[in-house]
Amino acid sequence: MTDKTVGRRWVVKRGAVLAALAAAGMVVPKELFASWNKAAFEGKTADEVVKALGGSSAAASGEVQIIASDIAENGAVVPIQAVSRLANTQQIAILVLANPNVLAAVFDVGPDIVPDFTTRIKMSQTSNVIVLVKADGKFVSATKEIKVTLGGCGG
Amino acid sequence: MGSPMRIRAASKDGVTEVRILMNHEMETGQRRDGAGNVVPAWFIQEVKASLNGKNVMQAQWGPSIAKNPYLAFKVKGGKAGDKVSVTWVDNKGDSRTDEANVT
Repeated sequence: MTDKTVGRRWVVKRGAVLAALAAAGMVVPKELFASWNKAAFEGKTADEVVKALGGSSAAASGEVQIIASDIAENGAVVPIQAVSRLANTQQIAILVLANPNVLAAVFDVGPDIVPDFTTRIKMSQTSNVIVLVKADGKFVSATKEIKVTLGGCGG
Repeated sequence: MGSPMRIRAASKDGVTEVRILMNHEMETGQRRDGAGNVVPAWFIQEVKASLNGKNVMQAQWGPSIAKNPYLAFKVKGGKAGDKVSVTWVDNKGDSRTDEANVT
């Protein structure tokens, strides 16, 4: 009986150590991602994302440009170019309104960067795509509808 | 560690265009496998790039960046022979850094 009790205690202790190790393991990646804006990436609407990025609202601006084709044959790979001609552009974000979480990417624009990014995004269905630009502390945006003939969620 | 990235950096008229092709599954966490289980999200969360050791670009990504992500950006300055370094970190804590010379 005593042996069994010791064995159980040992297992409990060992379990505690493992749990502590796992907790430590969880802490490390969180610190690595200190700058990853969880709230913004969990936003379900453009307004939620703007708020999570520290703004209140975004006005449309002709100085922001979305370069993409009107129709995407494959929603899993939609090329998109986001350009800002505003001076002091600080941040550029790409939002897909019909996706489960609307925010796709946020680029921090440092002093050496030309605010012109090209990437490829996934779109679950035909949707408005918004490029959100933070310049001089203010948020402005441009919107373009991209029609998807084949959804991106099937992988 | 992930598979290597392909990086091209070309300097023209004082601006260096960096084009990167990363190897990553970019699983959204929305998809289900054949048995109906949700496939856990697995995607690149952060991307950083430096030119000659100076951090010039950083981005945060969500899972709706396409599989095997492509990214092109432009940075002022840079000349042939300069070193471009790109690092990504995914939501599982995996990361990878690759370098290329500006041409």
